[in-house]
Amino acid sequence: MSQRQIVQVFEQYQKARMQFVQTVADLSARPQNIEILQNAGVVSMLRPLMLDVVPSIQQTAALALGRLADHSDDLAEAVVKEDILSDLVSSLASQNRFYKRAAAFVLRAVAKHSPELSQAVVASGGVDALVLCLEEFDPGVKEAAAWALGCIARHNASLSQSIVDAGAVPLLVLCLREPEMAIKRIAASTLSDISKHTPELAQTVVDTGAIAHLAQMILNPDAKLKRQVFSALSQISKHSVSLAELVIEAEIFPAALACLRDQDEYVRKNVTTLMREVVKHTPELSLFIVNCGGMAAVIDYLGDCHGNLRLPGIMMLGYVAAHSESLAMAVILSKGVPQLALCLSEESEHHIKAATAWSLGQIGHHTPEHAKAVATANLFPKLLQLYMDASSSEDLQLKSKKALKSILEKCTYLPALEPLLYDAPSNILKHVACQFSKVLPHDSKARRLFVTSGGLKKVQEIEAETGSPLQEYINAINSCFPEEIVRYYSPGYSEVLLERLESYHPA
Amino acid sequence: MAERLREKREVEEFKKEHFLRNSKAEENRQKENQAATRIQSWFRACKVRAYLSHLHKKAIIIQKIWRGFTARARFRQMVKAAYFIMKMNFYEEMAVRIQRRWRGFFVRKYIHNFYARKSYLEGLSRKNELLRRELDELEELQKRERDCLEKIKEQTAMVYQAHRLHHLLSTEQCPGVFNSPFKPAPHETELLLRQVKYQAPTRLVPRGRTSLPGMPALATSFSGSLGSPWIKTTRTSCSSKLTLPPIINKKQQGLFREPGEVWEQRVFCPDLALHLQTSYTHLEEAQNQLRQHKRTQNMFHHLIRSSSCFTQPV
Repeated sequence: MSQRQIVQVFEQYQKARMQFVQTVADLSARPQNIEILQNAGVVSMLRPLMLDVVPSIQQTAALALGRLADHSDDLAEAVVKEDILSDLVSSLASQNRFYKRAAAFVLRAVAKHSPELSQAVVASGGVDALVLCLEEFDPGVKEAAAWALGCIARHNASLSQSIVDAGAVPLLVLCLREPEMAIKRIAASTLSDISKHTPELAQTVVDTGAIAHLAQMILNPDAKLKRQVFSALSQISKHSVSLAELVIEAEIFPAALACLRDQDEYVRKNVTTLMREVVKHTPELSLFIVNCGGMAAVIDYLGDCHGNLRLPGIMMLGYVAAHSESLAMAVILSKGVPQLALCLSEESEHHIKAATAWSLGQIGHHTPEHAKAVATANLFPKLLQLYMDASSSEDLQLKSKKALKSILEKCTYLPALEPLLYDAPSNILKHVACQFSKVLPHDSKARRLFVTSGGLKKVQEIEAETGSPLQEYINAINSCFPEEIVRYYSPGYSEVLLERLESYHPA
Repeated sequence: MAERLREKREVEEFKKEHFLRNSKAEENRQKENQAATRIQSWFRACKVRAYLSHLHKKAIIIQKIWRGFTARARFRQMVKAAYFIMKMNFYEEMAVRIQRRWRGFFVRKYIHNFYARKSYLEGLSRKNELLRRELDELEELQKRERDCLEKIKEQTAMVYQAHRLHHLLSTEQCPGVFNSPFKPAPHETELLLRQVKYQAPTRLVPRGRTSLPGMPALATSFSGSLGSPWIKTTRTSCSSKLTLPPIINKKQQGLFREPGEVWEQRVFCPDLALHLQTSYTHLEEAQNQLRQHKRTQNMFHHLIRSSSCFTQPV
């Protein structure tokens, strides 16, 4: 046969391979085909094609593998079992940028499913190869490499540590300064995933000067970038006081408060999360945020959003109020209590309600003024109902009970306490009676009101064991009133009077 | 005899009397003895009583005086103590007054300044109000910008459509689709078509671009009203990716070089290595060489002069 005919055979084979690989890549883009492809053993077929001579076949095969692994867990495991990762990693160093992009995509698709698969990627030397990719010029390669590193770092601290040990963090910080928006987003997201696990990892990220770059990007118009930036800052600042102070020193506030009115709800949520993580450490940090006007902004934010998005805002209010009574008074003055009452009534999820109850407890337990502010918002019946409701989760019941008790211990506002006399269980009733016994001896108008509103009658009807604290409080209350009135309101007095009538003989 | 008898009788009577008297005295002796003893004892008692009462009186006087002395001393002591206690109470009360004032002042100034707290809370509510207003304004501004952008997009889309439908412009002979003779005024698209200048289609207009080279003055009025930083950044980013008008393939006359060549030359960055084409000491070396050359030449000249035969110059 002539040379041309022999070459033609090879060309036909190459065309066939190319067509196969391209079709498989297109088919794997659709989820319904993947089952069938998996049953046909596509992974083992694609493996030799990845080491093909022709670069475009390599790239398309890698792309197809990436899409397959992206789809499901077992396909990713199949990819790992077929030992494709080591081939990928070894050829990553030498190939062109399209191949690198596709290979990084495969690594990401494998690593994103579970920590074990990520560990497999790390064990085959994937991290070093990806870090080498980060030093490339092509933005697509950098983005794919950074995304893959982010997927690996997401799972647990040891994987993040291996990424940091490979020296990825300075390169990621350099990526933050790139002009392309996609790379910035991905780099910020990866830094956020790395620093979320332990304080040491966060400190490593901070030492490379990430905070200054992240702080510059706060007022960028791109919403997704802002999401990732705020998420990264909040993951850094959540670990310790010094890290939070470093974040604050970057002068993010009060400029970040403008992002609380952003269109994108996740940007707002992440700003509030950042504020929560900063505020929970010390009173000075809370004072700083309050002085910037953060309280008003967060309370308005709570009014605008619904559901799970409210949780960081509610917790932030609770943390601020927990530090000192002047901060709690600041929360009350910024109209925080009506907003929390709204949250309590509107939300249906138990963990959000529990968080709201906890925050209210932190606000109200300082002094009688604070307790009065909580009481006038008509929150006692609601908290009591949450505590008594059998369908509330344990956590919700516990938190509402603690909140109710701590607020009741300081409450001297009697009109709000009276409804509680009627439906409360005895352990709450004890505190209510204690408060009455403290206030009534000194205030005559309150005594009059107590009698006329039927409170004294209810107190007589309460049955308590003699010698228990409840009985002592009831006795203390009874001793504030003259004998006749107490006897008048005691239960069964009308029968006593009638008996006296029967035994009376007119003279 | 009679006298003896009388004497005997008297002695007998005397004996009898004596016996009687003795017996009477014997009888009364006990009584009289007792009486005498009684009288004597009574008298002695009186004496002793008198003595004792004398003693008692004197003792009472001594004790009275002593007791008065002791009591007065004790009383003086009590008075001193009471005076001392009164003084101490007075001092204590004054000290309590001072301490009360001082503690109030100290707590109010250094520990918990009520008025500072009050003014802080008032300032905080003012700041909150201010911030809420500012954030509202900001949100309003952002919304307006977004609306503006939307309008510009719509307008650009309409202009693009007008570009595509330029052939539907009405002519003198035939009214176009958008210029119905039954309507009093032509449709707005017709007016747009009249305004738009036809351009040869170069590429598909990429979506979302705010400025096209052939865009009529309508769109510029929108861009004039935007004065915010965010629009500027999008415009600059847009303009950086702007599609350039097509390069006319006419060959330029004259001795001009190809534009690609000029561009390459402009962009070409020469290898900024530390070593130059000529070495650092090139000047000195050249000078040395020249000197040497001159020296050898002189030597040759000398040789030539001396030997007077022509040799090849170095």
